Amino acid sequence: MTAKIKPAQGSPYARILGVGGYRPTRVVPNEEILKHIDSSDEWIRSRSGIATRHWANDEETVAEMTLEAAGKAVADAGITADQVGAVIISTVSHFKQTPAIATEIADRMGARKAAAFDINAGCAGFGYGLTLAKGLVVEGSADYVLVVGAERLSDLTDLTDRSTAFLFGDGAGAVIVGPSDEPGIGPSIWGSEGDKRDVISQTIPWDGFRVGDVAQLPLGEDGSVKFPALRQEGQTVFRWAVFEMAKVAQQALDAAGITPEDLDVFIPHQANMRIIDSMVKTLKLPEHVTVARDVETTGNTSAASIPLAMERLLATGKARSGDTALVIGFGAGLVYAATVVTLP
Amino acid sequence: MAATQEEIVSGLAEIVNEIAGIPTEDVQLEKSFTDDLDVDSLSMVEVVVAAEERFGVKIPDDDVKNLKTVGDATDYILKHQS
Ligand SMILES: CC(C)(COP(=O)(O)OP(=O)(O)OC[C@H]1O[C@@H](n2cnc3c(N)ncnc32)[C@H](O)[C@@H]1OP(=O)(O)O)[C@@H](O)C(=O)NCCC(=O)NCCS
Repeated sequence: MTAKIKPAQGSPYARILGVGGYRPTRVVPNEEILKHIDSSDEWIRSRSGIATRHWANDEETVAEMTLEAAGKAVADAGITADQVGAVIISTVSHFKQTPAIATEIADRMGARKAAAFDINAGCAGFGYGLTLAKGLVVEGSADYVLVVGAERLSDLTDLTDRSTAFLFGDGAGAVIVGPSDEPGIGPSIWGSEGDKRDVISQTIPWDGFRVGDVAQLPLGEDGSVKFPALRQEGQTVFRWAVFEMAKVAQQALDAAGITPEDLDVFIPHQANMRIIDSMVKTLKLPEHVTVARDVETTGNTSAASIPLAMERLLATGKARSGDTALVIGFGAGLVYAATVVTLP
Repeated sequence: MAATQEEIVSGLAEIVNEIAGIPTEDVQLEKSFTDDLDVDSLSMVEVVVAAEERFGVKIPDDDVKNLKTVGDATDYILKHQS
C-alpha cells in the first residue's frame, strides 16, 4: 500500500538574514609576490586590479576562519547558533576530507545536531550553497541554514607560477539563510561546463602521493616534492568569464524580473578587476549600481569572495540592508551560479 | 554577406575604440595592437570576442597570439568568415 506521506512544512520564501566575514591578519603586498616571479607591481595591478591580499598564518586555519565568519553571520541575523539546522561549507583548501569540516563547525559553534556537509563547487561555491539553503528553508528541512565559503588558497598557490602567484588570497565569508514572507533569493541560474574541467585544476591528485608513485611527481627548486597547486589557462578562463558569464548574469536578472535600473548592487566573484569591469560594461549597469571591487585588497578567495565583498559593502555603508543585489560566482569545473538577492 | 577588407578595418576600429578608447582613425592595418594601440593581452581577448560576434568567425585561443597587427586580424577574418 502506498500510504500518504506528510510533507515537511517549509516557509513560503527564503532570504539572507545575516552576513559575516574573516580576513587573515597578514596583508601581503605585490612586492612580496615579486620575490618569486618575474613581474612588476604595475603589471599585476593593470592585469588583475590586485594590490594586496590576505594570507593566513598557522593559527588561521579553514576551521578557525569559518568559525569567526559564522559567528558574525549568526549575530548579524539576530538568531542563536542552536537555531541553525544545516551547515554547508564550500571549500577546496581544507586538506582533511573526512569527516566533513562542516561537522566540526556545527559542533564548535553550538549548532548541535545540525545537518552538516561540505560542497566543492570552486569559485561558484557560495552560489551553489545559497541555492541549496534556499531549497532547504522553503521545503522545510531546516529553519536556518549557515552557508560558508572558506579558503586558504595560499596553501594551493605555486609561488613560482606567473599566472596564479599574485591572484589568490585567503579568508572566509558566511551567511545565514532563513524564512521570509517575501522572495529574498531569486531563481538560480547555475550549471557546469565539464568539457572545460582542465582549464582550472589541481596540479597533482592526492593519490599521486602514494608511495611508489612519488618518483613521478614534479620537484621544487630545493629538490623536495612540490605540494599540489591550482593551475589555470588564464586567457581561456578570462574569455569564458567575460563572454559567457555576462550572459549568465543577464539570465539571472531576467529570471528574477529585475532590470539593471532596479538593481542597487552588483557582487560578482572577485576573480580579476578586468573581468568585473568587462561584465559591468556588457550588462550596461547604470551609474547608480554599486559594484563590489574587493579584489583590490583581498585577491581571489574563491567561494569566500562574494560573502566577504557583501559584508564589506554593508559595513562601509556602500550598500544597505534591503538593497537588491546581483551575485554571480564562476570557476573551476567550470561551474557557475548567479542569482538576485535582497541584502541582509 | 562577407565583409570587405575596408569594412573589417572600420569594424575593428570601432571595437578597439569601444574597448581601449583609441580614436578610430588610429586603427590602421600596420598598427600593432599592443605596441601602438594600447590593447594589452586581456583587452585583446575582448577585441577578439567582439570581432567574432560582429564578423561571424571563430578565433580560437591558440590563434589569438598570432594576431599582432590590425592587418593580421583583418586577414584572418577575411579568410575565415563564412
Ligand atoms: C592570469 C591573467 C592575469 C594572465 O594574463 P594574460 O594576459 O592572460 O597573460 P598571458 O599569459 O597571456 O601573458 C601575456 C603577456 O604577459 C606576460 N606575463 C604573464 N604573466 C606575467 C606576470 N605575472 N608578470 C608579468 N608579465 C607576465 C607574458 O609573458 C606575456 O608577455 P608577451 O606578450 O610579451 O609574451 C589572466 O589570464 C586572468 O586573470 N585570467 C582569468 C583568471 C581567473 O580569473 N581565474 C580564476 C577564475 S575563478
